[in-house]
Amino acid sequence: MSVFSFAVTRTFSVSVQNIRPLCKLLNGGHSGTNVQDFLGRRNSSVQTRLFSSRPLNPKVPEFPTWEPVPEDQLPPPAQITADLVDKLERLALVDFRTKQGLECLEKAIRFADQLHVVDTSGVEPMDSVLEDRALFLRDDAVTEGDCAEELLQLAKNTVEEYFVAPPGNIPLPKREERAAMLKHSEL
Amino acid sequence: MTSQLLHYCSIIVFQVSLAFSEGKISPTELCRKCLNHIKKTQHLNAYITVTEESALKQAQEAETRLLQGAPKGPLDGIPFAVKDNFCTENIKTTCASRMLKDYTPLYNATVVQKLLNQGAVLIGKTNMDEFAMGAGSTDGAFGPVRNPWSYAAPYREWTGAVADSDWVVTGGSSGGSAAAVASLTSYLALGSDTGGSTRNPGALCGVVALKPTYGLLSRHGLIPLVNSMDVPGIMTRSVSDAAVVLDILQGFDIRDSTTVPAPSSLTELPDDFAAKNICVGIPKEYHAPGLSEEILVQWSRVADMFERAGARVVQVSLPHTQYSIVCYHVLCHAEVASNMARFDGLEYGNRSPVSGSTEAMYASTRHEGFNDVVRGRILSGNYFLLKQNYQHYFVKAQKVRRLITNDFKHVFSTGVDLLLTPTTLTDAACYYDFTQEDNRTRSAQEDVFTQPVNMAGIPSVCVPTALSKRGLPIGLQLIGPAFQDKKLLTVAQWVEQRVGFPSIMLETIQAKSIHSAIYSTGNWL
Repeated sequence: MSVFSFAVTRTFSVSVQNIRPLCKLLNGGHSGTNVQDFLGRRNSSVQTRLFSSRPLNPKVPEFPTWEPVPEDQLPPPAQITADLVDKLERLALVDFRTKQGLECLEKAIRFADQLHVVDTSGVEPMDSVLEDRALFLRDDAVTEGDCAEELLQLAKNTVEEYFVAPPGNIPLPKREERAAMLKHSEL
Repeated sequence: MTSQLLHYCSIIVFQVSLAFSEGKISPTELCRKCLNHIKKTQHLNAYITVTEESALKQAQEAETRLLQGAPKGPLDGIPFAVKDNFCTENIKTTCASRMLKDYTPLYNATVVQKLLNQGAVLIGKTNMDEFAMGAGSTDGAFGPVRNPWSYAAPYREWTGAVADSDWVVTGGSSGGSAAAVASLTSYLALGSDTGGSTRNPGALCGVVALKPTYGLLSRHGLIPLVNSMDVPGIMTRSVSDAAVVLDILQGFDIRDSTTVPAPSSLTELPDDFAAKNICVGIPKEYHAPGLSEEILVQWSRVADMFERAGARVVQVSLPHTQYSIVCYHVLCHAEVASNMARFDGLEYGNRSPVSGSTEAMYASTRHEGFNDVVRGRILSGNYFLLKQNYQHYFVKAQKVRRLITNDFKHVFSTGVDLLLTPTTLTDAACYYDFTQEDNRTRSAQEDVFTQPVNMAGIPSVCVPTALSKRGLPIGLQLIGPAFQDKKLLTVAQWVEQRVGFPSIMLETIQAKSIHSAIYSTGNWL
C-alpha cells in the first residue's frame, strides 16, 4: 500500500507542475492564456487525477469522524396530543395548516432530542457571545423621533394617532371554526 | 477569448476606482451598464427590487464629486446590492415574504447608510429565503434564485446540461446577493449570516463571503432572525474588496447596543504576509458524513499549500461540532418564535380583513403572511419554549452552545491561529434535487459547517477554491478568533492568490434572455 501511494504521489507531483503555471496565469489575468483552453484542460486526465488519486494531507481525516446519533440512544419520541396542537396554535398565533405541518413539528423535536446525549452537567447556559464585557448603554433620554405621522402611515387602519384593532379579550374560536376562518386549512 | 476579457471579468473595486480616476469610465456609465446587465440576467431572479432611478441619481452625484476631484473614498460610485432584509429608506424591504411585500421603511440600516455615506450606489434589493430561513434561496415569496454558474460554460459543457430545468441553486439564504456578485451585476453585496446564510451561497456561487465577528457590524435595521447570532455579511469578488468594505462598516453604533468599538488594525491587507509564521488547525470533526470527495480533496490541497509555504498545519479537535447543528436548530427556532411575534398586522405589513377579534385578526394575518417554513419554525420554537420544555430543550441548547464556544476558545489557546474547513458538504444541487427534501433537512445538511462560528460569535470567511467536476464552485472556510477579522482576511487573500479560481463566463449559446450577458462584461471599460 505504501509503495502504491508513493507511486501516485510521484505521478501527481509531475502533474501539479503542469497545472500550477496555468492557475497562476489565470489568477493574474495579464497573460494571453486562452481560457477555453484552460477549462478544456481541466476536464482532461490531469484534472481527473487531481480529483481522484492525490493522497490526502495526513492532517485531513480520510473518513467521516462521526455518525448521526443512533435512534436507540434517544429518549422516546414526544407525543403531540390534540390539546397540545391547540395550545401551540393559540400561543404561536399560526396554524399547522396540514398534517405535514404536524409531522414537521415531530421531526423538529426528534432532531432536537439529540441534545440529550451531550453531558452538560456543571455547564452554565450561554445567552450572548459578548457576556465577557460591559456593553455601552446610552443615557435614557429621547434623541430622535417626532415621526408619529410617518409611522402611522405604515399601518392599514388608524384613527387620529391610534392604531385600530378589532375587539379584544376574545379567545380564538375552537379548532373547527378556526379552520373555517383560515381557509385552505386541511388539518 | 483574450486575456483582456479575463481581466475585465474579474475586475474588482480597486480597479474600478482607478478606472474612474483615469476617466476610462464614469460612475453613471458604469451604473447604466450594471442596470442593463441586471435586465439581461433577469432569469436569475437575483433581485426583488431594482432601484434604477435612485441609483442613476446617486451615480450622477458621485460623478460630480469625481469631476470636482473630491471623491469620497474607494467606494464612491461603486454599485452595490443589499439583501432584502436590511431596511432601506423609501425602498421596499420585503424579507421575501407576503407579510412585508408592501413594507417601505422610513430609515436605512446602519450598514446601508455607511455605504451610501461613502458614495456607493445602491442598485437593488436582493432575493432570499423568506425571513432568511433556508439554505437554498428556494423558499421565498418571489421564487427561487438561480445560480449564475448554471449558465456558465464549465457546467454546461462538463455535465452536458442542456435543458433549462438543469439549473442549480445558489445556496442561501442570501442567494440573491451571491448571484448578484457572481453574475457581475454588482461589485459587492450585503447578506446576513445567522447560521451560514452568507458563506453558504458564497461557496456555491464562487464569491468571497465574510461573516464578521458578532458585534463588529451594526445590526440596526437588519430585520432580526436570531438576535444572538445575526451578523451582516459581506460578499465581494475579492478578499481585498471585502477588507475595504469591512473597514467602512465596522465599529460601534449607538443604535445597536450589541456593537463594540472596532479594534485598530491595518486598513490595507499587507502584501508581505508570511505563511510560515502561522499555525493552521484542521478540525477533524469537519469531515462530516456526506462530505463529497471533491471537497475533501480541495481541503487537503489547501492544507498542502500552507504546509509547502512553511506554515504549521495541525489536526485539532472541536469535539462538540456534531451537536452544534442540533443546538443551533433549537436556539434558532426559539428566537424565531419570539422575533416573529412582531408581525401582527397592526402597525405595519400585511393585515387580514378578518375582524371578529384581535386574536382572529392576528391568526389570519399570520396565516396569510408566512410560508410553511416560517410557520413551522414558529410552532416548534413555541414548543421548545413551553414551560414544561424550557429547561429540557432551550436551556439545554444554551449549555451546549457554551461547550461549542469553549471548543473554539480551547483550540485558539493552544497556538492555533486559524482553522481551515470545508464550507459545504457538496457543490450546488440542481433545483429539482434540492427541493426533494424539506427545508429543515436541507438546513441541517447545508449549515453543518457554517453555524458553529455563529454560536461562538467568531469571524469566518469563505474563499472560492476550485470548480468541481460539474463545473460548479467549491469554497473553503477560514475561521479565526474573535475580532481578528483582518488577520483572517490577510490569510484568505494569501489563499485566494494561490488557488487559481477561474472567472465566470456565461455560455453564449444560452439563448433566450441571457445571450451575451457575462461576455459583454469584456466591453465594460
